[in-house]
Amino acid sequence: MTTVLAQGITHTTGWESAIFYVLGTIAVLAALGLVLARSAIHCALMLVVVQFCLAVFYFVQDAPFLGAVQIIVYAGAIMVLFLFVIMLIGIDSSDSLVEVLRGQRVAAVVLGFGFAGLIVFPTGSAIAGTTAVGLDSANGVGNVQGIARLLFTNYVFAFEIVSALLIIAAVGAMVLGHRERAPRPTQRELSEQRIAGEHPSAWTGPGVYADHDAVDSPALLPDGSPTRASLPENMSQDDIIDVIERVGIEK
Amino acid sequence: MLSGAYLADDPPNLASFGNEPFWLTLVKVVAVFIMLVVAVLLTVWAERRVVAFMQQRLGPNRVGPFGLLQSLMDGIKLMLKEDLVPAAADMPVYVLAPIIAAVPALMAFSVIPFGPVVSIAGHKTPLQLTDLPIGILFILAMSSLGIYGVVLSGWSSGSTYPLLGGLRSAAQMISYEVAMAIAIVPVFLYSATLATSGIVASQTSHWYFWVLPVSFILYGIAAVGETNRAPFDLPEAETELVGGFHTEYSSIKFAFFFLAEYINMVTVSAVATTLFLGGWRAPWPISLYSGFNEGWWPLLWFWGKVIIFLFVFIWLRGTMPRLRYDQFMRFGWKVMIPIGLLWLLGVAYVRTAQIHASNPRAWYIVGGVVAAVLLILFAVDPGHRKRQRAAELEEQERLAKAPTLDRIPWPPPESGDGDSGPPTTRVISAAGTAPRQES
Repeated sequence: MTTVLAQGITHTTGWESAIFYVLGTIAVLAALGLVLARSAIHCALMLVVVQFCLAVFYFVQDAPFLGAVQIIVYAGAIMVLFLFVIMLIGIDSSDSLVEVLRGQRVAAVVLGFGFAGLIVFPTGSAIAGTTAVGLDSANGVGNVQGIARLLFTNYVFAFEIVSALLIIAAVGAMVLGHRERAPRPTQRELSEQRIAGEHPSAWTGPGVYADHDAVDSPALLPDGSPTRASLPENMSQDDIIDVIERVGIEK
Repeated sequence: MLSGAYLADDPPNLASFGNEPFWLTLVKVVAVFIMLVVAVLLTVWAERRVVAFMQQRLGPNRVGPFGLLQSLMDGIKLMLKEDLVPAAADMPVYVLAPIIAAVPALMAFSVIPFGPVVSIAGHKTPLQLTDLPIGILFILAMSSLGIYGVVLSGWSSGSTYPLLGGLRSAAQMISYEVAMAIAIVPVFLYSATLATSGIVASQTSHWYFWVLPVSFILYGIAAVGETNRAPFDLPEAETELVGGFHTEYSSIKFAFFFLAEYINMVTVSAVATTLFLGGWRAPWPISLYSGFNEGWWPLLWFWGKVIIFLFVFIWLRGTMPRLRYDQFMRFGWKVMIPIGLLWLLGVAYVRTAQIHASNPRAWYIVGGVVAAVLLILFAVDPGHRKRQRAAELEEQERLAKAPTLDRIPWPPPESGDGDSGPPTTRVISAAGTAPRQES
């Protein structure tokens, strides 16, 4: 199979196939790890490895723009957001191993192999014996320029429709999740409101049984009697007499 | 050295790369690596000395002349320190995270052009490790991989502060990467290439700093956010998060984060130099003699410009207080990105007129009038007061409906006789009753 493939693609150089076999092995192992790892973060990291290997393949296959975009968009932005969400909601417990659906695993394995066969054999037979053509002409004006020309001429309508769809989805999510708020009062406004109100001084702290927290309210001694020592020293004599009349300080 | 022999090869383009023998590539790799590490050591030293100068202190001045070897000694000390690992750490990720932080930072430098084609041992080769048709995208890709180092270190430490730092940095670096990418797109519109050598070559007559000042400023701000430097160093805000993502790291693993941060600083400075300040090209009065743009001289101009950028980084750190997180994100999404998009639209319009219009001046006038009308409408904002009033009324209504709470916690009512109710606690009241009794 591999010899057939190697004959088919004329472009392959020694380096290219070496990179393919090394990174292909890593990508497959990482994909297995993605399925088998218990921790959600480890799964996400394995997916990053797979995507990174794919990006290197794109580079090797003379599609550097696709490779860079693969890293920036998928490995860079989307997977970091995945990690962000996983970290934020804190999935770090491993999955339960109890099988809920009977025979699910066997069915999954059989169907998985079947699907892999469906993908591999038609693709393989389609590729086998053909030669890759047109890469040089596609990259003739430069890889980036070639992609840009296609995106903004032949496929401009499809491209714009897709981007509009994405923006609509993003705006829709924001509309659903957003609540319009009136501007909050500033610190200055709050302070003015307080001074103009009935109670300009600070409120007593929670748990304090008192309706009076002015300086001329004496503190209580352990036996419950008020103490004169807690009153400010520079209170006028009249004020002190007032306090004595009010609470009856003797000490 | 400065003969005009290789003037014909100037400036280097994509075809100048990949023709040299393997050993020369290896020499270049090692040279770039050594330059970066030395730059980091000197930047750390310079940061401490400059900030000390700004705060009227001396800074490190004991090890070597002017304390130059201080950061080297600190590096050695860090490596000899005990490597602590938290018990709750996720071991493989915990070890990988500093490596993931440092390696992409180093790799981004491989496409930075240091100078024109020079002759090394008979081989003519550009002073640049390599170049790609998508050079700038490669740098962006590497910086987006570098985020993983910070995010994963935060998560794998198994500790709260690093986790918060990692979360912050994930959101922050993605946001500012968007702003950064939007800020540099106008450069591509002018240079018509993504290759770094091509961008430098297109700045022969005018640097993009003059043509695209808004892009330059946006890139500068986004670069500070992207490198997690003060005033945008929220992932490691020591007043809130101890050390942020690297709280639980010590010894050489911590040194890797340190290295990565400073390499990133050097990298974004080098990218800004390449994109906006003509790369390795000599500044104006010097560039009158064309010999200064040839041979090895450009290395001097390149590093001179990078050092100016690094100085601004340090200056910012010495001057600006750290932003609050919500202010920072609001600035990124509501100021940087809209301005970047509008500027991009304007530049695209002007550029299209320049290239395709038969009468560009008419295009400029029409575009200018439309932009002015839109700007005035934006500034005046008709109907703003009405909307504001409606929102205020709605808020007042909401507050009026909200349940009220008596702010003073009153004591429980006194029961008639002492033994049936709760313990008597009486307060001194303004009426002046008897002192409080504790039962």
